[in-house]
Amino acid sequence: MEPQRLEEIIGRYPTPTGKILGILEHIQREMGYLPKDVLKLLAKRLELPLSELYSIATFYSFFTLEALGRHVVTVCMGTACHVKGAPELVASLKHHLGVEMDETTRDGKFLLTTDDGEYTLTSARCFGACSMAPVLRVDNKIFGYVTPERIPSILKQFGWEGNHH
Amino acid sequence: MGLATCGIAAGGDKVFAALKNALSQRNLQVLLTRTGCIGYCREEPLVSIHLPGKSLIILHRVAETDAEKIVEAVAAETVPQDLALCRVEEWDPIVGEKLVFGTGFEDIPVYDEIPYFAPQRKIVLRDAGLINPEEIEEYIAVGGYSALHKALTAMTPEEVIEEVIASGLRGRGGGGFPTGMKWNFTKQEKSLQKYIICNADEGDPGAYMNRNEMESDPHMILEGMLIGAYAIGAREGVIYVRAEYPLAIQRLTRAIAQARDYGLIGKNIFGTDFSFELTIAEGAGAFVCGEETALIASIEGKTGRPRPRPPFPAQKGLWGMPTNINNVETWTNIPVIIQKGGAWFSRIGGEKNSGTKVFSLVGEVQRVGLVEVPLGTPIQTLVYDVGNGGIEGRKIKAVQTGGPSGGCIPASLFDTPMDYEHLTAVGSIMGSGGVVVMDELTSMVDTARFFIGFTNEESCGKCVPCREGLKHMLMLLDKILVGKATESDMATLEELSGVIKKTSLCGLGQTAPNPVLTTLKYFRNEYDAYLKGVP
Repeated sequence: MEPQRLEEIIGRYPTPTGKILGILEHIQREMGYLPKDVLKLLAKRLELPLSELYSIATFYSFFTLEALGRHVVTVCMGTACHVKGAPELVASLKHHLGVEMDETTRDGKFLLTTDDGEYTLTSARCFGACSMAPVLRVDNKIFGYVTPERIPSILKQFGWEGNHH
Repeated sequence: MGLATCGIAAGGDKVFAALKNALSQRNLQVLLTRTGCIGYCREEPLVSIHLPGKSLIILHRVAETDAEKIVEAVAAETVPQDLALCRVEEWDPIVGEKLVFGTGFEDIPVYDEIPYFAPQRKIVLRDAGLINPEEIEEYIAVGGYSALHKALTAMTPEEVIEEVIASGLRGRGGGGFPTGMKWNFTKQEKSLQKYIICNADEGDPGAYMNRNEMESDPHMILEGMLIGAYAIGAREGVIYVRAEYPLAIQRLTRAIAQARDYGLIGKNIFGTDFSFELTIAEGAGAFVCGEETALIASIEGKTGRPRPRPPFPAQKGLWGMPTNINNVETWTNIPVIIQKGGAWFSRIGGEKNSGTKVFSLVGEVQRVGLVEVPLGTPIQTLVYDVGNGGIEGRKIKAVQTGGPSGGCIPASLFDTPMDYEHLTAVGSIMGSGGVVVMDELTSMVDTARFFIGFTNEESCGKCVPCREGLKHMLMLLDKILVGKATESDMATLEELSGVIKKTSLCGLGQTAPNPVLTTLKYFRNEYDAYLKGVP
């Protein structure tokens, strides 16, 4: 991100209310993650310690510090989705995308990117589309009533051509 | 065309494009417009047709390929009967004049006779699915902003608060604290600057009524906040909305801009001394930010960690100023109370539980969607009359209400009225109104583990009981689920639950053990089965 562009984003938040999160969200949406050099620049510009921005970036689940794949597949982990089989969707997606959980985290959070950088598989707390549970999102498109059998046809819409092994 | 997030995901955007295309090929005097969602999510995509003088016809499960058929029917001044769900002859938008659509199409069932709608009473969702949420004129046409006009020109701030107190309205975000009293606390603080906040960080997994309220009728929230600001003496407001709801943010942003153009936000509203500014702040995905002090910290650009109360936000809130926070749905009731009167509102619902509540009925139940019923409606009405029971004849075992802070209520207690006190008495809470149905195939131990996994992940880490206690509860539950737990582990789990409840700093920790405690209470046999090994 060019310093010029960062200035434009900062300029969109003239009042302190909601400013810092708003700027970070803007960067996250535009870049797909929060690059370290941009955070450094922002810390300097806002006269905040970098550690404070790091603290915010790691506290809120909306932010990521590493670059994501070209397509992001997000499985909703809300209650309705859990009851209606979200864990099976995750298993199926891992199989089809050929990503493994190297670090099995106890809390169930994961962020897995395929070796070719095409796809990132992650989870979300709840999209608020519970009536269509289980739900997953690829980039900005939400798919409802998903079954493991439907996963290949969904992925194909985003250029997937079979197992990435 | 119903185009809220769920309608779009169900294919509504494609149907809309197909209808637009089919209409463009004919020279018809037809207005194709977007509405919000009427709440019958299972039947989406939904299209409503109004021919002059005729009943409004709601079509359901409309496919892209139906567009041609629909337009053909409209051209012939009729409707495709095979797609019709029901007809609406007239509609009461509560704050405005009754909408009379007309008559005709008698073969199509009436709205009130549809089992999904029959027990419902729409007060919050009074306009949802009927008006275009992106046009302020449509909101004004159904009586919108008339309550604000009444409050500003014919009532003192004290009278507004009295009316809200008389209504008996309680906070719809979970706590159930009387709204009028809460307003009074902030009003009585002496300060040059005061804030009001709308909590739209709908965080409970399984609850999505606030999303629909924002997407389907954003102006009712603005109007409620304007009236509240006038009563409290605040000149600035913030809507804190979760970033996961892009369409809600888009529609609220548009609504604020339109209200500003009309002079309803800004200086000297309706020519009075009252001025008000409103901004949107986006949340960034932290469940704990539903807690008031954490939410305020988040708006101030910090990590969302709660702090001890007192001082309460009413004394020291946003930027250290007196601040009043209410949930989206609480604000939506305000225009109704001002226009119809507190006494009118208090007659709806049950004792000390006036008004309606929007519940999201989801999970293992046939008819899913958003259901608005008077408070005090029994659980069974929701699950069986509205929801039509289990899927493929499966037996329903329990409902989980109130999100991660709530509990699991067994089917044997489905005569429990859905109100603040009764839900608490059975070990759950109202929360924001999520109702997740579980059937005989759902493991209650797995469900409890799911929630503890959630709250453990969302714990902000500030206080020890929540941070460490939940981690250990999770370890114990995992031990149970692999069939390696003993009786003494069960006793530890129960004891730990009690300690976390009693000693945590904020509501997250104080309620997090509820899913475990209720499943231990009502489904002990499922835990016991695991003690003998994995069933």
